[in-house]
Amino acid sequence: MKTFKLGGVHPKENKLSSNQKIKEIGLPKTATISLTQCLGASPEPVVVKGDKVKVGQLIAKGNAFISANIHTSVSGTVTKVDDAVDASGFRRKSIVIDVEGDEWLETIDRSTIINNNIVASKDEIIAKIKEAGIVGMGGATFPTHVKLMVPQGKKAQSLIINGVECEPYLTSDHRVMLERGEEMMIGVRILMKALEVESAYIGIENNKKDAIDYLSKLSEKSLGIHIVPLKVKYPQGGEKQLIKAAVNREVPSGKLPIEVGCVVQNVGTALAVYEAVQKNKPLIDRVVTVTGTSVKNPCNLLARIGTPISMLLEEAGGVPEDTKKVINGGPMMGKALNTLEVNVVKGMSGLVIMPESESKRPSTANCIRCAKCTFVCPMGLAPYQISLMTESGNAALAEDERVMDCMECGSCSYTCPSARPLLDNIRVAKNKVGLIIRSRAK
Amino acid sequence: MNTAILFAVITLSIIGVLSAIILYFIAQKFKVIEDPRIDLVAELLPGANCGGCGFAGCRNFAENIVKNESLENMFCPVGGNDLLKQIGPVIGQVAEEKEPTIAVLRCNGSFANAPSKTQYDGVKSCYFINTLYPGDNACPFSCLGAGDCVVSCQFDAIYIDETTGLPVIIEEKCVSCGACVKACPRAIIELRKKGKKSRRIYVSCVNKEKGAISRKNCAVSCIGCGKCVKECKFEAITLENNLAYIDFNKCTLCRKCVAVCPQNSIHELNFPERKASQPASGVVEEN
Amino acid sequence: MANLLTISGSPHVSTNQSINKIMWGVVIALVPTMLVSFWYFGLGAIILTLTSVIACVLFEFLIQKYLLKQESTVTDGSAVITGILLALNVPSNLPIWMMIVGALVAIGVAKMTYGGLGKNPFNPALIGRVFLLMSFPVNMTSWPTTLAQRAILPDVITGPTALGIIKEGVAKGETVQQLMHNVPSYTDMFIGNMGGSLGEVSAIAIILGGLFMLFRKIISWHIPASFILTVFVFTGMLFYIDNTKFVDPVFHLLTGGLMLGAIFMATDMVTSPMTKSGMLLFGFGCGLLTVLIRVWGAYPEGVSFAILIMNALVPLINKGFKPKKFGEVVNNG
Repeated sequence: MKTFKLGGVHPKENKLSSNQKIKEIGLPKTATISLTQCLGASPEPVVVKGDKVKVGQLIAKGNAFISANIHTSVSGTVTKVDDAVDASGFRRKSIVIDVEGDEWLETIDRSTIINNNIVASKDEIIAKIKEAGIVGMGGATFPTHVKLMVPQGKKAQSLIINGVECEPYLTSDHRVMLERGEEMMIGVRILMKALEVESAYIGIENNKKDAIDYLSKLSEKSLGIHIVPLKVKYPQGGEKQLIKAAVNREVPSGKLPIEVGCVVQNVGTALAVYEAVQKNKPLIDRVVTVTGTSVKNPCNLLARIGTPISMLLEEAGGVPEDTKKVINGGPMMGKALNTLEVNVVKGMSGLVIMPESESKRPSTANCIRCAKCTFVCPMGLAPYQISLMTESGNAALAEDERVMDCMECGSCSYTCPSARPLLDNIRVAKNKVGLIIRSRAK
Repeated sequence: MNTAILFAVITLSIIGVLSAIILYFIAQKFKVIEDPRIDLVAELLPGANCGGCGFAGCRNFAENIVKNESLENMFCPVGGNDLLKQIGPVIGQVAEEKEPTIAVLRCNGSFANAPSKTQYDGVKSCYFINTLYPGDNACPFSCLGAGDCVVSCQFDAIYIDETTGLPVIIEEKCVSCGACVKACPRAIIELRKKGKKSRRIYVSCVNKEKGAISRKNCAVSCIGCGKCVKECKFEAITLENNLAYIDFNKCTLCRKCVAVCPQNSIHELNFPERKASQPASGVVEEN
Repeated sequence: MANLLTISGSPHVSTNQSINKIMWGVVIALVPTMLVSFWYFGLGAIILTLTSVIACVLFEFLIQKYLLKQESTVTDGSAVITGILLALNVPSNLPIWMMIVGALVAIGVAKMTYGGLGKNPFNPALIGRVFLLMSFPVNMTSWPTTLAQRAILPDVITGPTALGIIKEGVAKGETVQQLMHNVPSYTDMFIGNMGGSLGEVSAIAIILGGLFMLFRKIISWHIPASFILTVFVFTGMLFYIDNTKFVDPVFHLLTGGLMLGAIFMATDMVTSPMTKSGMLLFGFGCGLLTVLIRVWGAYPEGVSFAILIMNALVPLINKGFKPKKFGEVVNNG
């Protein structure tokens, strides 16, 4: 079985909700749609207070090169275009809509009939994806249409679909593959057409055997799509690791996957692409896993963007009494929320609820130089050293240790027997080195 | 036995002489001719290498003064005016008087004023916390209390008060080098004019959010109501982005703004107590 | 305000490994070796081991509490390991007070002066042992025979180690073949029936402990393998050149503290390199120095010195041997 070579850890999987069917939850009373939902520039709002909107209508337009449109996920009246706390914990510009009914734009095909026939041309596909405001659904939220525009002089050779879901707890991609596999496969074919590549590899970790079997059966029908079962190892879902595992190519340091002819897309993205191109439906909902060891009903919910997460938590049986931490995303790379009054965004793959016993970090001890952090680092860095540099106030030195290669997967902090805050320190170093590099470029 | 000792002494002597000769020639070859005035200036400097002057250490500061033969824009916050007066004659210049400044903390979001809504568990670094979330009191402008300023201070002039969670600047020790200003990721600390008898008036808040929002997180935030602006007859107070700012060059220390602030966010320091007829609404900081 | 949400940077989960688990794992791995030493050397060995362990733990506790005034970490088990390793490195008839002095040097000088666990550049137990060896050379080199040997030859209470016999003999001009009659058989060596310090006698018990640590992922194979292999190959070459002057490699592997050193001392996490390639070099250096000291040095045994010298080189090795970085060597066929 394939996997990437360098480093990696095996956190406890805890995929509690892997057998729970995706359930659509109801409409919220008000939807608060953050305008900061993609990497790059935030889009500009195109509606004002008092406007009536229908589901799927454009409410913010991304004008910058790296930016993505945002559409309303509910119908009703815009009540506010103002700052609101979003999943980052900071106040960001948001559009608040009072929900009235559920009226969709007529252009959107709401039927469940699967449209197998790809008629759009390459440019039409990219235009449609851009219009639909699709971003990477794995959590990084990089605008998908930018990824599909291969820069001059480069050639994409293979499309790699990320069905790895290496984060513990999360099962949203798993369920998408099982329940929406057919549509997702069409999405993959659309992406292949947009990139003009002959082959696509869907990497799936071996703990999702049912998804591997199901998609393997489906892939027999479509030429060029290969299912690649992968050995379970974190962080296999990292772009560079996945490329190494699936097609054994190594992306050079500081370069993008296109350097080795690869483009990586998440399975959720592929599904969104299908809906955008074949059904004209912009990205207005997503599957969110709500889980945790103390949660009553761990589940996978299809929620409209902008739904308050309290609704999702309610659906999962409510927030348990002893909850001390709620994580947006998986426990390895997710962000701890500082308030539960936030709303679903495009990059929210899951909500992990942790009781007191799990939320506290173990007490730290001296570094015993066991070198486990260097062994597990998938980028081959020396985390202990970078961490020491930060602690001694020499974060700038970390540039030579290639701290910018770090993708913050957290394997080092995870594995440290002394429970040292390695990644915290590395992030500080990364930030400072980033500032230095940017000031140098000027 | 004797010959052995003799032999050792002679050998060592020869090696010593040879090394001395080599060293002499090397020293000649790599000799750097330096303006002797640099040493004179450097000796006058405090030698703390705090970087408060904007140069890489005291020696570098001295080199620049001598090279430019000018004291323009050169100021050592540690030594202050007295020091510049001493340096002046060395390079034949007269130093301009500069008003002494001091570091001022412009946040009063203590545990009592801005109760914690979350609990931080991780590395003690304001810089890091600032990248993670707004802070435990949910005010995205407030002091994070992890003490980056304490670490940056070479003069032990700052400590974190355990009961408030805020740093305290010790007036007698602060030399106004500005290290804490640079260290604070939220630009809360400002170097302000020390003022007559160390008396200072300043807005102890840097929150630019609307009043309704900032008040939710903190009982003493500036809400940008503008009362102080109207009260000030010297146009020393400006209001921008829902935040009042007192220009210390224009402020006459009349204390009228302190009395009108509904949020008690304007602070007065080192003033005598008010008369009973004129009740103080401003929080007088201990010190 | 009981229910404030906790905020911290990712990751939010961590491994169930901890320093305590690692350290006590090493202690468990040392149990077979200790038992063998008790079996062959009797009560003296038990008393020495207990003294050493208690002294080490006590010194660490006292120093942390009264000198450094920091939170005590004696429960993490690292002082216990130092105590056991130190005891395993001395002869069973060492006076108790010397043992205590050794423990003081090991913990007080070699460990706590640098700042405690994780900050010491040298293996504390080895520093303690070398200190004793240099301060009390007579006591530290009169090796009692085992109880089993005494049953056969009751008059011989102490004697040189096998390595010592060969070294002295060769210096006098005797050939190895003649001397081999005076040393225990390889089977005896393997199970530990020979004179020597407490822990360096039984190869099999040490290997058992090593396997346990490998299984628990406390150590990696790199250092022991390259250490032992280097000694084997190097002595093998010497043996091939002149088998009257040099002993065969198997002898070198089974005698002295090689096994104990390679598996328990050189692999000490704190004082070994941080990368796999660095570890291989570290083991190679240890092996080379061991043979050099054994064959040409003043002492018959050189494992302790070899490891200590390589300990000193670890920062350099770490500098030279960085981990292989992802995307550095691009080979995309």
